[in-house]
Amino acid sequence: MRAFIERLLSRPWFGPLGALLAVYLLFAGLRPDTFAHAGNLEMMARQTVVVAICAVGMTLIMIKGGIDLSVGSVVALTTVVVARGLQAGLSPWTAAALGVAAAASCGALNGILVAGLRITPFIVTLGTMSIMRGVAKGLAGEQKIDANAAGLDEWMAILPPEYGFLVVSPGVWLALGLSALAAGALVYTRYGRHIVAIGSNERAARLCGVPVARVTVMTYALAGVLAGMAGVMEFGTLTVGDPTDSLGLELEVIAAVVIGGGSLSGGQGSIAGSLLGALLMTVIKTGCTHVGVPNWVQEILTGVIIVVAVALDRWRQQPRQSSSAH
Amino acid sequence: MSESLIEGPEAEASLVSARGLDKRFGLTRALQGVEFSARAGEIHAVLGENGAGKSTLMKILAGVIRPDAGELSLGGEAYQPNDPAAAQRAGVAIVHQEPQLCEHLTVSENMSLGAEQTRGGLLDRRAMEQHARRALQELLPDAEAMSIRPEQLLAELGPGPRQLVAIARALASADCRVLILDEPTSSLARSDVEHLFAALRRLRERGLCIVYISHFLEEVMRIADRYTVLRDGAAVGLGEVADATLDEWIRLMVGRDVRDLYPRSEHQSGEVALELDDVWTGAGGPAPLTLRRGEVLGIAGLVGAGRTELLRAVFGLDGVRRGQIRVGAYAGPASPAIRLNQGVGMLSEDRQAEGLAATMSIRDNIILSKLRAFVWPRRARREATRWIEKLDIACRDPDQRVGELSGGNQQKVALARLLRHDVDVLLLDEPTRGIDVASRAQIYGLIDDLASRGRAVLMVSSYLPELFGVCDRIAVMCRGRLGVARPVADLDPESVLHEAAVAS
Repeated sequence: MRAFIERLLSRPWFGPLGALLAVYLLFAGLRPDTFAHAGNLEMMARQTVVVAICAVGMTLIMIKGGIDLSVGSVVALTTVVVARGLQAGLSPWTAAALGVAAAASCGALNGILVAGLRITPFIVTLGTMSIMRGVAKGLAGEQKIDANAAGLDEWMAILPPEYGFLVVSPGVWLALGLSALAAGALVYTRYGRHIVAIGSNERAARLCGVPVARVTVMTYALAGVLAGMAGVMEFGTLTVGDPTDSLGLELEVIAAVVIGGGSLSGGQGSIAGSLLGALLMTVIKTGCTHVGVPNWVQEILTGVIIVVAVALDRWRQQPRQSSSAH
Repeated sequence: MSESLIEGPEAEASLVSARGLDKRFGLTRALQGVEFSARAGEIHAVLGENGAGKSTLMKILAGVIRPDAGELSLGGEAYQPNDPAAAQRAGVAIVHQEPQLCEHLTVSENMSLGAEQTRGGLLDRRAMEQHARRALQELLPDAEAMSIRPEQLLAELGPGPRQLVAIARALASADCRVLILDEPTSSLARSDVEHLFAALRRLRERGLCIVYISHFLEEVMRIADRYTVLRDGAAVGLGEVADATLDEWIRLMVGRDVRDLYPRSEHQSGEVALELDDVWTGAGGPAPLTLRRGEVLGIAGLVGAGRTELLRAVFGLDGVRRGQIRVGAYAGPASPAIRLNQGVGMLSEDRQAEGLAATMSIRDNIILSKLRAFVWPRRARREATRWIEKLDIACRDPDQRVGELSGGNQQKVALARLLRHDVDVLLLDEPTRGIDVASRAQIYGLIDDLASRGRAVLMVSSYLPELFGVCDRIAVMCRGRLGVARPVADLDPESVLHEAAVAS
């Protein structure tokens, strides 16, 4: 039994899960009639989709020891590309594919710059964050682009009764499916082990013949694909292409990963943890709104949670390290 | 047996002493009942092989780590430093092998770091520089000769002057009575060593107690007054340097007849496995070399001679300036992935920073170089368990983090990776650096076994007895130039040392 509890405690997602449950129960207790309502749960799940999908990509990048500040701009760019595609008369699937392809190229560009120029990812993506935002604004002519959502909005809408068997919106399933794929890839594929190895010790990975540059480009490109899918979901929510959308999304995504046990120095993090981190932030936001806490308090709370989460994680790992030193 | 080393009169004369020190790290007992005593006005050498516990003892004296058991005394009073700052206040300072200084600050800023002088809330640069100049001059009257200027950026200084700055800083920080130097000469040029020794002699005259750790036994013979030998975490010898001989020290340090350490079976040298033709690396050249299957070829030389650069170039980690490297019949471009495919594996000299991913598990480290597209954790664990048993790696389970293992066991994990990869050519860079005698004996046995099974081993080592014990042929590298490889029987350590140092 003790071994079981210790194993549970050592799981990276255990902390965020505990925090999520605690915060959820707190708000459910305060507003049992509205907050704990099934419809509210479903809504929170939908509101987390964009951050969650981006967080999957960010987790891969951060485990590899990188970071991607351009993700918000890429999501905005994707909504613009999708809207332009629909405007031009493309089918919704083609328009969505075009958006994802655009985002994938942005990610690949990040990866090539990081691997090729050997500039730190923070600087590279700080640059591309601005570049992609500019491209999105230029492409949109600096205004919102209205387009017929042509069914893309259904991914993120409340389920119509005839699709009740799905329980939650397709967008939520998409996020869960992508997460499961990524989590499996991290543990069960060569590519996943290579990511962890590079983040843990890049020189050791190189010594073992790991193609560091290729894995780097691939990881950023993959994160681009995920940002693209998140962008399509964002378009589904907005039903317009908005070049000024998702400002600061990257920080929210990084926060989700960090709350979930990710480390800026690489080698650590888990998809499950990042999802829980993303969900935790939605629950706080929604819960505060339900209780009537003003927005500025919400922001302070979110910040406090981020710092406390990371501090707790440090503290949780400490006894393990010192006990192994005896 | 160590209890008898420090007796009544010694205890009275001593300035700093330790009794019955115990310290464990994970599964290794770094210290077991160490006795130590050094007097004021002497240079006291601490000798011992890597892993004998020298660094642990020094870190305890300097307050960096705390012992599990045992007591320390300083100047006749109990001494229990909780951290390096407390040790410094008590008058014990340490200068590490790689001085811990800030490259981007000036010499005087480094020396007054943490104790900056201010006037009216602003830094008083002139006072700080004067203070630095005075401290340096006190240490070494001809500091000018080493051209250390207080206003100079530290980055502009070589390792020798840096060492002096670090010592000056240690002395200036408090009423320093005990100065601990950890391998102070390992990265110094010969002329810098002389400057350092001159400074140490002056400090000794001032009544300072200098605890001096070094691998270079000849240097210790010249500079030290007394010595303590550590082996396997215990003090096994204490005496006057004037009465000691190198042979006696080595016997004390190794604790057994060196011949037992190196098993030797019949090696049959076969076809050429690796051929270097007029190869130049960043460290110079040329480095001609022919390595055959079934032989162990050693490369001797001083630190910085370019031996590591050569191995890295062969493995494709760094580029080659000129020349050709042939693995079997292949002479094309090289990268670690290509070399591993060709059956060439490399063991890095730097386990922590390059050899292993310390935060990953033993299992992940062993399988990392050869993974199928899909990885089954359970199968990998089984495989890792097999290697753990085969190489006798002391660990909790295959999922334990590599960083938690002792040096010897870490090295065995790195070796297990090469063995699992079943490479034909092994490039081993300082394979036994910093590991205990038992693991070393095991690694020597492994190398011998590999060669007898037709593998080719190219081994770089700075430890001559090891090269003579393990290798079939030895080549000496000096300033990037690799000499002719000759059979061990035709060589003796003196001639190798001479060849290694002749051009420096």
